[in-house]
Amino acid sequence: MSKIIEAENLTKIYKRGAEKIYALNNATFSINKGEIVSVTGPSGSGKTTLVNVLGCLDNPTSGSLKIEGRQIFSANANLSEAELTRIRRNIFGYVFQKFFLIPTLTVRENILLPSVFQPELKTDDKNLNRIMENLDIAKRKYHLPSQLSGGEMQRVAVARALINNPSVLIADEPTGNLDSKRSDEIKDLLVNLNKNHGITVVLVTHNPRLAQIGNSFIELNDGKLEGG
Amino acid sequence: MNIFQLAYKNLLRRKLRTCFTVAGITLSTWVLVTLLGFNKGYENSLNNDIDGMGFQIVLTAKGCPYEAATLMLKGGTGLRYMPQDIVQNVDNAKEVLQTTQMLMHAEFDPDKGENGGTAVYMGIDPLTYPLMKPYLKFKQGQWFDNDNSADEIVLGYEAAELEQREIGDLMLLPGSDREYKVVGILNRSGTQDDGMIFLPLKSVQETFDKRGLITMLGIQLTREADAAAFEEELYKLPDVQVVSMAQVKNTIMSLVSSAKVIVFAIAFIAFLIAMSGVLNTVLMSVFERFQEIGILKSMGALPKDIFKMILTETILLCAGGGLCGILLAYAFSGISEAAIRYFLPFAPAGNIIAIDVKIIILSFFIITLTGIIGGIYPAFKAANIRPLDSIRSDSV
Ligand SMILES: Nc1ncnc2c1ncn2[C@@H]1O[C@H](COP(=O)(O)OP(=O)(O)OP(=O)(O)O)[C@@H](O)[C@H]1O
Ligand SMILES: [Mg+2]
Repeated sequence: MSKIIEAENLTKIYKRGAEKIYALNNATFSINKGEIVSVTGPSGSGKTTLVNVLGCLDNPTSGSLKIEGRQIFSANANLSEAELTRIRRNIFGYVFQKFFLIPTLTVRENILLPSVFQPELKTDDKNLNRIMENLDIAKRKYHLPSQLSGGEMQRVAVARALINNPSVLIADEPTGNLDSKRSDEIKDLLVNLNKNHGITVVLVTHNPRLAQIGNSFIELNDGKLEGG
Repeated sequence: MNIFQLAYKNLLRRKLRTCFTVAGITLSTWVLVTLLGFNKGYENSLNNDIDGMGFQIVLTAKGCPYEAATLMLKGGTGLRYMPQDIVQNVDNAKEVLQTTQMLMHAEFDPDKGENGGTAVYMGIDPLTYPLMKPYLKFKQGQWFDNDNSADEIVLGYEAAELEQREIGDLMLLPGSDREYKVVGILNRSGTQDDGMIFLPLKSVQETFDKRGLITMLGIQLTREADAAAFEEELYKLPDVQVVSMAQVKNTIMSLVSSAKVIVFAIAFIAFLIAMSGVLNTVLMSVFERFQEIGILKSMGALPKDIFKMILTETILLCAGGGLCGILLAYAFSGISEAAIRYFLPFAPAGNIIAIDVKIIILSFFIITLTGIIGGIYPAFKAANIRPLDSIRSDSV
């Protein structure tokens, strides 16, 4: 299996006054293409920090990160903001605990939002409809976010993350705002995306039922990889 | 969907706030367009008034007021006279096309209007005056017979309305029992002639006991004449003042220019307010959308995309307000004109607020530029939001 993400001694230090906080402490691991990786650990253990660095939303303080074999961060060279943006566009889709939908845009427009900034993104209606069918929100196409349930809103957010056909979907507590029935819907959705579309999923969750869909696990404690 | 549509939809999120901001911009654009229109219209109408005099140089006795408005302000006093035969010094000069002699007389008439008023009588030469003022058209009747002492009167448009006279009516001049017959009423010309009561020169001289005297000599120069040099020449005549129309215009314009400074200061302040309104609105909306903008960046938006989006929002606000302001200024220019007239010491006839395409385009340009200046800082701020900061800021 080919490695899509390779992390070596990733460290992220936050300074709070004189105190140094190791949000990530020498994390070394790799993620294979087509895996679901569940990231777990107590609150404050560095889960969000980890996936933000993996997703190129944040820089590590030290260590190296390779994505699809390409060196993104290393001791001597970091990519520019424009290059990072290009990698975010081409490789990643992000889903967060909050849905971040734009209230004045319809479901359809919210899903198409990434294409506003990515002219090279050819979003034909077929692709869009397929995604919406897949996530069971097609009949909500012309509704505003305020007319949707929480589960539907999160599915719209997932659809938006999928519009650029990412190879890696990063989901940071995607069910954190949902009840258990809606959580199960999202769980099934992630499994489906992974199985049928080969998308690599990096999933941060507190929910053990959701975490169990992973076929690989990263457990963090105080920024350190458990058993790693 | 493109950035433009996205920006537009973003503005709809806070409709009330958007409306207030647009209203602010509307108001300042209104002020700007009106002031620019005034700036142009006033000068235009003044030029019209002055060109309408038909002659480029007026000779008067030293210290004599030379236009009706000043005369009226002074209640008709202060006139000085020159002997009629001064004409001989002028007529033969090669620069002179023709001259016309005038005797102005102003008299306070207690029966006029509600509180009485000053009537301005103008003795003119029926042979030359109409020739110099070919644009004076008659509403009814015509000029006097070519007789310099006919008992006839021609009324300016406003004078006729004020005196409530019609063709064929007989009029008495104050202090005389000579009866004059109204033979003509002029159309509105937009110049000071509108308020005049015209009589043959000799009649005025006789009635008001000014035989052989005139107040003004209007001189029309030939096309090729060197006006400045000829003016110098005229200064050599004893006890006269030479008034060139260019000079009159300058005097009045300088009178108005101090008023203009205040007016433009007000416009400038209005603009500062509009600009800070824009800045405030857009900055607030950027802070409100801190997280969201970060999310847009995680979706692949580059700093320049975000910059463009915020700036587009600003420009939309300003363009919207600008258009409304221009429409309002246009629609209410009549009211603004009345207001300005009320405050000005001297307002020429005609439209003193002239709003034309150039002014509209200029104002629109200025207001949009204001928007861009006001929007740059918030847009810059937004462009530099890091995707991460925003995603975090909810967990804190
Ligand atoms: N911007 C920051 N400045 C300072 N400290 C930070 C910052 N972001 C995170 N931290 C600290 O780094 C550590 C790891 O935070 P992180 O958000 O990654 O934890 P987490 O595992 O995602 O927690 P949770 O389960 O509550 O979301 C925490 O101690 C946190 O307080
Ligand atoms: Mg977290």
